[in-house]
Amino acid sequence: MTQAMTGAKMVVQALKDQGVDVIFGYPGGAVLPIYDEIFQQNDIRHILVRHEQGAVHAAEGYARSTGKPGVVLVTSGPGATNAVTGITDALMDSIPLVVLTGQVPTFMVGNDAFQEADTVGITRPCTKHNWLVKETDRLAETIHQGFHVATSGRPGPVLIDIPKDVQFATGTYIEPREATTKHYKPKVKGDREMIERLVEAMESAERPIFYTGGGVINSGDAATQLLRELVDATGFPITSTLMGLGAYPASGEHWLGMLGMHGLYEANLAMHDCDLMINIGARFDDRITGRVADFSPNSVKAHIDIDPSSINKTIRAEIPIVGDVAHVLEDALRIWKSRGRKTNKEGLMKWWAQIEAWKTVECLKYKGSDKVIKPQYAVQRLEALTKHRADRFICTEVGQHQMWAAQYLGFDAPNHWMTSGGLGTMGYGFPASIGVQVAHPDALVINVAGEGSWLMNMQEMGTASQYRLPVKQFILNNERLGMVRQWQTLLHGGRHSHSWSEALPDFVKLAESFGWKGIKCDDPADLDDAIQEMLDYDGPVLFDCLVEKHENCFPMIPSGEPHNKMLLGEDSGEGAIQAGGAVLV
Amino acid sequence: MPPLNIQKGTSRHSAYDLRDPNIEAVERHTLAVLVDNEAGVLARVIGLFSGRGYNIDSLTVAEVDHEGHTSRITIVTTGTPAVIDQIKAQLGRIVPVHEVHDLTVEGPSVERELALFKVSGTGDKRVEALRLADIFRANVVDSTLESFIFEITGTPQKVDAFAELMQPLGLVEIARTGIAALARGGAG
Repeated sequence: MTQAMTGAKMVVQALKDQGVDVIFGYPGGAVLPIYDEIFQQNDIRHILVRHEQGAVHAAEGYARSTGKPGVVLVTSGPGATNAVTGITDALMDSIPLVVLTGQVPTFMVGNDAFQEADTVGITRPCTKHNWLVKETDRLAETIHQGFHVATSGRPGPVLIDIPKDVQFATGTYIEPREATTKHYKPKVKGDREMIERLVEAMESAERPIFYTGGGVINSGDAATQLLRELVDATGFPITSTLMGLGAYPASGEHWLGMLGMHGLYEANLAMHDCDLMINIGARFDDRITGRVADFSPNSVKAHIDIDPSSINKTIRAEIPIVGDVAHVLEDALRIWKSRGRKTNKEGLMKWWAQIEAWKTVECLKYKGSDKVIKPQYAVQRLEALTKHRADRFICTEVGQHQMWAAQYLGFDAPNHWMTSGGLGTMGYGFPASIGVQVAHPDALVINVAGEGSWLMNMQEMGTASQYRLPVKQFILNNERLGMVRQWQTLLHGGRHSHSWSEALPDFVKLAESFGWKGIKCDDPADLDDAIQEMLDYDGPVLFDCLVEKHENCFPMIPSGEPHNKMLLGEDSGEGAIQAGGAVLV
Repeated sequence: MPPLNIQKGTSRHSAYDLRDPNIEAVERHTLAVLVDNEAGVLARVIGLFSGRGYNIDSLTVAEVDHEGHTSRITIVTTGTPAVIDQIKAQLGRIVPVHEVHDLTVEGPSVERELALFKVSGTGDKRVEALRLADIFRANVVDSTLESFIFEITGTPQKVDAFAELMQPLGLVEIARTGIAALARGGAG
């Protein structure tokens, strides 16, 4: 049904027709007509954040925890530029977002008008696609196309820039099914011949490994189910990137733990020594590969990815399969079953024996203390006291705490782990936890944070208070920028340049000033009770967990080294990283 | 700590890639990219090249289907085979890009470029410039008593050769369009 309405009304109507129930935003001059329409309806809930970056991260948290696209509404100029970090974060981690920005009226574009920025120019490299809508008649179709692009193929953020006169003018509205999606139809079905080659390789491999990533989670629940079936039916070991945690359950018997720079010893060594690597929805990121030339030197590599540009970008794949994870796994599983469910049983037995031997290293061991809270211990206790809850969602900021959370927390379901992987955005976790809590009002949403990252978006305390979101902020406070400090220790001669947190607030008083509960704990003996107090409180909690100040995060693959040259806790120290590695990040 | 000995460009693909990028031979490829002629599409294409550190040797763009609003971008680029493959894959995922053709590998193709040459001089030099222009089938499109503007069409090599000959004969300036290219044969 087509009908005439103003551009501003169209925005709200299009969002409703796309099934949007909540948007995250911040008003300003160039979006006032849209805010006026929002005021006059009750179908879409608007969450007022305290900074546009917070809106985008909240939308990311919403998107990751629901599998639906997140929607953001901000004004022109500074509203749009403040959103850029979050948009880039979503691009790097393939999170579907639709970002609507106001723009100065079309007749003022290019005049350096008040609050004008070249938003489509600025966001062109950090969106999957973006549009400047110059005619109201094109607005509805563009928004529908935006949802299509954001959610199909490899998901990502799109931005639609809407000048104020376009919002005021009247045009013809069209529904989603009437909008052309043009030629943008990414291939989801994998090449049959390649899938057969993969199955053949699986049948004979002596040392196979599944290496999975965020693509499995993005593909949806079917992909997760198929992956679990395939892993359990073949008995192959499986490891995952930071982004893919939860696709295969951490309690599953074939789980090796996370791989990569701070991944588990057994996972990284298995990657290095395998003879068949089956990459499912991961992208051979540099946190994973270490030194490319020495990456898993003796393996045949299969790579399943919906984005053709991910294949052969850094690592050559002998068996490249372009397609959606769920579609490809379904075909692979069917073909493998029809050929008699063969695996190399003898080889696998030896392979698992080797993996068990690696596990005896106990790479996550650390020196305990009964005087100070070790950060690893804090995360372990958090796990022990919350893992029984299926409605537990974990967000993190970026740094040491993020790696400890990935190492010591177990995820048995997808979409329950929200962390900034590709961009490594400090300040991500707190607003993301707000987005998760908005999507799941009764769930237990915990943001494992460091005090440095957390302070970057602490203004969102007001948002949590306003909407009564009982988010739990679990801050591992070492009064240091721990990961920066760790690198300075390892490769800058222990010169800890600007990596400590001076003038920290009293977090308990800060919490109280926003009507939150504040908890401070610095004694390992009190920790369980304090965590329980946080969990029992019906409202937002700021937990200031004072931890050991100089703890480093291990295991670690030093920069410029291959997987089999990991640093374990005991051999850490100054000069552990070679000069060649120091230039890398 | 010993001084760092990391050469420029060694970390091109990844922070961990310490391969020498010069090991693989660099190739020159001509790509034809069919795109929706919408606002900003050229910026997307060239932004991809600058953002990811690829080379552009020549770039030509114009709308070729006025009804369908599609444009054809012809790009001449250089890179190792892996980089060329990556360029094509990256171009393919830009939303308004319909097709990416590598004319260098998809069979024989023809390449043409148009150039304008302004040559200034009198006497023997002027006569010699006109004579050479005739040999190269260049047309005179403007003339004064002291100067010519020649229009020449051909392969980039032919244009280069003409430029070299004009240099001592009073070459003032050159404008080149960049390459337009099509695959040979009847198929589209």
